[in-house]
Amino acid sequence: MSSLELYPQDEKLPRGEHVAFNLYMITALLLFVLMMLLGLTMRMTQADWTPVQAAMFYKIMTMHGAGMVGAMSLASIAVMWFFLRKYVSLHLWAFVSNYVLFMLGALCIIWAVFVGDFASAWTFLYPLPVHSMGLWSNGAAAVFMVGYLLIGVGMLLFYLDAAAAIIQRYGNLGRGLGLQWLFGGAIDPTHPKAVVASTMVIIANSLGILAGAVVLVMCLINVYDPEIALNALVAKNLIYWFGHMIINATIYMGVIAVYELLPRYTGKPYGVSRPFLWSWAASTVFVIIVFPHHLLMDYAEPRWMLVMGQIISYAAGFPVFLVTAYGVLTNIHRSGLRWTMPSMLAVLALFGWAAGIVPAIIDGTIGVNRVMHNTQWVPGHFHFYLLLGVLPMVLTLLYHVVGSRRRAPVNSGTDRAGLLLYVVGGISFCMVFLYAGHMSVARRFSTHLPEWLPYDRAGSIAAMVLILGMLVFATRIIVGLLKAPVDADAAHPAG
Amino acid sequence: MIFQNVIWAITLTGMGLVTLGFIYAIAQAGRPADTAEAERAHRTSISLRRVLFAALLLLGIGIAWASLRPFPIPAQHAPLQAAQVVDVVGHQWTWDVSQTHLTAGEPVEFRVTAGDVNHGFAIYAPDGRIVIQTQAMPGFTNKILYTFRTPGTYKIMCLEYCGVAHNGMTAELDVAARGDKS
Repeated sequence: MSSLELYPQDEKLPRGEHVAFNLYMITALLLFVLMMLLGLTMRMTQADWTPVQAAMFYKIMTMHGAGMVGAMSLASIAVMWFFLRKYVSLHLWAFVSNYVLFMLGALCIIWAVFVGDFASAWTFLYPLPVHSMGLWSNGAAAVFMVGYLLIGVGMLLFYLDAAAAIIQRYGNLGRGLGLQWLFGGAIDPTHPKAVVASTMVIIANSLGILAGAVVLVMCLINVYDPEIALNALVAKNLIYWFGHMIINATIYMGVIAVYELLPRYTGKPYGVSRPFLWSWAASTVFVIIVFPHHLLMDYAEPRWMLVMGQIISYAAGFPVFLVTAYGVLTNIHRSGLRWTMPSMLAVLALFGWAAGIVPAIIDGTIGVNRVMHNTQWVPGHFHFYLLLGVLPMVLTLLYHVVGSRRRAPVNSGTDRAGLLLYVVGGISFCMVFLYAGHMSVARRFSTHLPEWLPYDRAGSIAAMVLILGMLVFATRIIVGLLKAPVDADAAHPAG
Repeated sequence: MIFQNVIWAITLTGMGLVTLGFIYAIAQAGRPADTAEAERAHRTSISLRRVLFAALLLLGIGIAWASLRPFPIPAQHAPLQAAQVVDVVGHQWTWDVSQTHLTAGEPVEFRVTAGDVNHGFAIYAPDGRIVIQTQAMPGFTNKILYTFRTPGTYKIMCLEYCGVAHNGMTAELDVAARGDKS
């Protein structure tokens, strides 16, 4: 169980770890801001407010998707690492290697998009990368895929190091998940939630990355030897197994910050329980097999897989609603919670996850997907739980860490104003997407029909408000992270 | 009643309930409970979670049962025996549609595939709402069975990103009233 002390000694970062953590988080924050600006450019293009041509729009779309998923992964891995290292022995070289490979991969992707003109979307569907109609070369497609492979290898290295560390400490991954207590026995209340969540992510996301590696290598072979053709449906299954898992994993890594930090601000213990362990055990399975809900329009897919996609989408809501969100609400209820930036962001994060999953589950229904698929309903729900769920989880940790530096107050008027802008802009931005989706506005269109423009304009204005809030966060946190670390005990007493 | 509006109302209700739960907990968060109150609240929260679990389980099973019977996707390997049959092939960036003049009130079987990359075959009604869609994938044929209820000009749009002219990949279907030969 995590400590109730606000800044326990075992979270202090030695110099090497401190530099690595700052590199991860500052890179991720800059990426978030840049990718948000690209997102705003897309919305403004659809709103007919910027003169961006279709070729550039789809390059921006490809970069925005790949960049946001990359930034979310980078930041949430840093969250997992920050807490997991307290309980098991992680190697700094693995953490740093992931960063280096991520940066190399990012450079490949940036080159492929902005020099090689690659514009096939981040979840490119085979055989699109080699059917550009002359707009990008096969070489650009290959460099983009090599970029993904480099990032995947880095993440896998980190997960393997974490898996080895958990096995070394707990005996096997099942004991890391707490499976030995599912059906009985006295649960060790000190078993860390961070270890349970990390183990789940390691199991699920390693499989997803391996699936991604398989399809990437197959596509790379196809780029240079078109005679070796792939089955488009098999390729799509692998792409979405990988794509869904890698973005889903960010929320399961990010939530560790809420588990670890929120009880310190409420002052109420928040130990593991049997429902909690059941929830994570079930989620481990659900996350691996839920991806067919991306293929509900592929009627050639075996019927049982489509049914599974719907049923598991429903079932996946149970752990979120009944254990994590409910657990957080009971932890803050009548607690005397101290409302500071980390605690406000933690509560926002759980709200964003729980509320954002509602339209996602509904879209997982085959009958609904038949009219909602690939409308703006889809970016509506994933922006909801990424912008108002995962990102606030990362910001929870970052505001907490910055708060341990004496000269960076974490609850200033500027911070609160930033949060207000972020929440109002974020909710409005996502609800406009959802509203437009229910009105059948297509996603991934560079040019919109005249009747769709009001939604695009409202979405653009909301995005501007959101980005203003994000700029406040990014500035405050980057300045705070760059200040020399000082002993926090005098400024922030425990409790 | 427009199906998408029903979905919108259900979504707002679900998100609203989540919001109310958070508002309640946040409103209570600043008032610390004493030991006895905390113990009572803990017991209540466990009972409430059981009720919520049962309610969500029943709701999930009920909706899954209702939404999958009959199965919303027609049989793919059996003849659909529709009065009208339309073969559709998606290409970068045009639709090859075998028949664009259709009759309302009679089932139409669309056999959808692609000649190059993945496309999304979506039919928009004259009011701008999607009525049905499927994937157009090279190497596979997806079959839709749909009966147009109202005459008018329906628009086909590509809803799967297929390259830089993706949003311009459109076609039209003229749906006439039964008995209307014009």
